[in-house]
Amino acid sequence: MPLYKEFTKGLWKENPVFVQVLGMCPTLAVTTSAIYGFSMAAATTFVLVSSSFVVSVFKRFIPNQVRIATYTVIIATFVTVAHYFLKANFPPISKALGPYVPLIVVNCIILGRAEAFASKNSVVRSLADALGMGVGFMIALVILGGVRELFASGAVFGYTVMPHWQPWVIMILPAGAFISLGILVGVFNLISTRMKR
Amino acid sequence: MNLILIFIAAAVTNNFVLTYFLGICPFIGVSNRLESAFGMGMATTFVMTLAATVTWLINHYLLIPLHIEFLEYVTFILTIASLVQLVEMFIRKTSPELYRALGIYLPLITTNCAILGLTLFVVLRNYAFLEAVIFGFGAGVGFTLALVVMAGIREELEFADVPKPLKGTGITLIIAGLLALAFMGFGGLISS
Repeated sequence: MPLYKEFTKGLWKENPVFVQVLGMCPTLAVTTSAIYGFSMAAATTFVLVSSSFVVSVFKRFIPNQVRIATYTVIIATFVTVAHYFLKANFPPISKALGPYVPLIVVNCIILGRAEAFASKNSVVRSLADALGMGVGFMIALVILGGVRELFASGAVFGYTVMPHWQPWVIMILPAGAFISLGILVGVFNLISTRMKR
Repeated sequence: MNLILIFIAAAVTNNFVLTYFLGICPFIGVSNRLESAFGMGMATTFVMTLAATVTWLINHYLLIPLHIEFLEYVTFILTIASLVQLVEMFIRKTSPELYRALGIYLPLITTNCAILGLTLFVVLRNYAFLEAVIFGFGAGVGFTLALVVMAGIREELEFADVPKPLKGTGITLIIAGLLALAFMGFGGLISS
């Protein structure tokens, strides 16, 4: 498999949110606006790429029996770094994301990539794979955040798109998150089956 | 009185699954059969109560006195992982029947974000010891409630005519949204 394909498979064919349905908690929780979705995905991508790198460098030294615990500690370390970085440099975003930044530790995408890919492949391939998955996650979060923000306030990334929009309050409530993601997954499936034909 | 409020808030009004989006993976993955949903809920409630208790003790008697709060996440996730392991070994030795019922769900609980989320909430909200224990138990009950209600609906859904692209994940998420709306109705129980 050529290297660029390791990257692009995460964008559409194996998109972590729409196809694999992983990492649902942050996907639903922080996407009240496009910018929060973007920041969350950026933090997750950082942790994903760094931990995939470390896991694939040290894969020979990690004993098989304790590998999951080891991966978890590696991930938790990078999450701590990301959390303190956000807290120091972007305090408003850190406050809005709240406990969902530390919860990146248990994001199944990261552990899943470490276990299924980085522990079996070379460093360069693992990096391409992690980056692809991270960007795929980001695409999903920005789309979901954008849609919810658009219907909730008529704006995307804070720029007003629909000036006289009657806000749909439900879109920023939990119920709106579930329903919009459900519909988006449906749309994704529809496009995928159309493309295969 | 305060303890009762914490319990009701964690179980119903601020349900972990339907308002904080914690534990969505098992919520979507294990909620297609009523029986397995109940088993998963019971196992999770058990581990949640224990995790809230143990991490509270660790935080107050180890991390804070030694000023190493930045190790919070690493410590908590390791605590939860080892707790799950211990509970599994204990149940296997003492009650093979319960082990057969819960066995396959126990390892899954480690990566359930509801547990780590719960321990983080306890720290964020500065709960006292008893409050933390009740909060953990209430969160577990709420998780079970959401899972069982969802499983009941999904068992009926097998006979429904769902549009093809929405089958599986799509319709599950939309139903979860409607459930979240319904649970919002309980908001009036606690006015704070």
